[in-house]
Amino acid sequence: MDFHLSKEQLMIQKMYREFAENEVKPLAQEVDEEERFPEETVKKMAKLGMMGIYFPKEYGGAGADVLSYVMAVEEMSKVCGTTGVIISAHTSLCAAPIFENGTEEQKKYYLPKLCSGEWIGAFGLTEPGAGTDAQGQQTTAVLDEKGENWILNGSKIFITNAGYAHVFIVMAITGVRVDKKGRKSKEISAFIVERDDPGFSVGKHEKKMGIRGSSTCELIFEDCVIPKDRMLGKQGKGFALAMKTLDGGRIGIAAQALGLAEGAIQETIAYTKERVQFGRPIAKQQNTQFELADMHARTEAAKFLVYSAAMKKENHEPYSVDAAMAKLVAAETASDVTRRCVQLFGGYGYTREYPVERMMRDAKITEIYEGTSEVQRMVISGAIMK
Amino acid sequence: MKLIVCVKQVPDTSGVVAVKEDGTMDRAAMDTITNHDDLAAVEAALQIKDATGCKVVVISMGPPPAEGMLRELLARGADEAVLVSAREFGGSDTYATSQILAAAIKKVGVEDDDVILCGRQAIDGDTAQVGPQIAEKLHVPQISYAADIKVEGKSVTVKRLLEDGYMTLKVQTPCLITCVKELNNPRYMSVGGIMECYQKPLEVYNYETLKDDPLIDVDTIGLKGSPTNVYKSFSPPVKGAGMMMEGADKATVEQLVSILNDKHII
Repeated sequence: MDFHLSKEQLMIQKMYREFAENEVKPLAQEVDEEERFPEETVKKMAKLGMMGIYFPKEYGGAGADVLSYVMAVEEMSKVCGTTGVIISAHTSLCAAPIFENGTEEQKKYYLPKLCSGEWIGAFGLTEPGAGTDAQGQQTTAVLDEKGENWILNGSKIFITNAGYAHVFIVMAITGVRVDKKGRKSKEISAFIVERDDPGFSVGKHEKKMGIRGSSTCELIFEDCVIPKDRMLGKQGKGFALAMKTLDGGRIGIAAQALGLAEGAIQETIAYTKERVQFGRPIAKQQNTQFELADMHARTEAAKFLVYSAAMKKENHEPYSVDAAMAKLVAAETASDVTRRCVQLFGGYGYTREYPVERMMRDAKITEIYEGTSEVQRMVISGAIMK
Repeated sequence: MKLIVCVKQVPDTSGVVAVKEDGTMDRAAMDTITNHDDLAAVEAALQIKDATGCKVVVISMGPPPAEGMLRELLARGADEAVLVSAREFGGSDTYATSQILAAAIKKVGVEDDDVILCGRQAIDGDTAQVGPQIAEKLHVPQISYAADIKVEGKSVTVKRLLEDGYMTLKVQTPCLITCVKELNNPRYMSVGGIMECYQKPLEVYNYETLKDDPLIDVDTIGLKGSPTNVYKSFSPPVKGAGMMMEGADKATVEQLVSILNDKHII
């Protein structure tokens, strides 16, 4: 067991930190305040290979590893939760399922455009009536009479990156399955939808509590026509594909949560050294010291889970339970740590003058999206109590 | 065409400057960075490479850990690196350093259409002497303080940043140009560049490699060959933050007079 980063990973981490400090941090407050998707940052990240970090060079990726990707989400989220999730949703939920399930043609067509950042990616599973109960899908896909195109109808909600994405991985019902006992179930398949496909549109933008610069919208399919070769993976394997995709996505969200906790701790250490009450900096108070010690220890523990899940994915080992544990622990740590950081800032922490209230709002979503903490508990208990 | 860029790893002086008991700087106790002006020279070279496809070679004299800095420059896009490193070279001042670097650059090879780029000066010594001295030793023309560089075939047009204005000069290759950090905004390393940087060639030139060059003589290199002796290094006393006042009205003037009076300046 080796807990050391390679020399390349250390250099990549150094680059992310410089980039986050100089390019992302100065925009974070404005992005939150104005609910603005930071397009300029995405362009800069794309130039540095950050939109396709762990994909092979032959598909336009940077040729690094999963941990280097996880560190990108972590480092950006330390200063801006919005920027962290843009990379995460794009990479884990769109580029990754194409890389892992796509035909050679699909990979050669989509990955270079996604990895270069020319196109941004998104993923559509959730529907108004199908959240945690993802099998309750209503969106349908039917082959047309000639058998040349799929016709999609329905809608998806809460889709991250939707307003700026060009490529969407979308789940839809393609039929009904009947098992040996005569029980019926929905047959779900995955499709690649492009923004300008006829009958497809991006609907209402959600106003949110946190990650306010992230573009969260509805997807609408009204007799949306897509060519037959846009099915991703095999027909009827869409649900499994979506679940596997979310396993990977959870490592990204866990990294976002980890970054938010680390960022809040950094801000709080700096603040408590400066803030003087009763004639000395509040950092000299044992309450401050013990609070920060607890928070740091918990965050480091979360980091080991996140990095370990990333390494298992990198090494092609089963990582579904690891990803669930990483997300559960990191998300709950982020929520708890950011809340306690606001407390240490006192009244100033509650104002928008300091970033910790934003981090507290951003942290909450990590307990909800890409599987709530309750879903993670289902995954974990399901594996250990078989 | 090939661009040879001289770079130096320097202590990060944005923090506290550590000084040893003998008055010299305690480099081991300080973080290191690539000298700002040198980074501008590397970026200038990479921009010329982007436009022309020429080769960029970075070269640095320093202890073995300077390899880390050279790898980072390879990650930014340089093609090859040379680390000039030997005990015999240690303690060199600008005179000795330029002897050694000139010999190293000769070993890399200076073709007719090549350009050598240096930073104007290093933040640790602030001499601005090494670049011009290298040019002298290589017998090539030099232009210092470049704030803009344009390469057209074998002719290079350089806009110099001077205290009271700009001066534009044109020079033929091979030549040496020293760059100021105002020249550009250095790019970041890219993820792909980092993944490649350990596969790119990095050669180490030691005393054995360079000893046959007439410039390399025990009397002209290292501590012994250095006419300069450091007497003392220290952090200058911190000056208080200044105060800005605006306005040309009587009230502002009275306020100013009152402050100057309080400080017993008038």
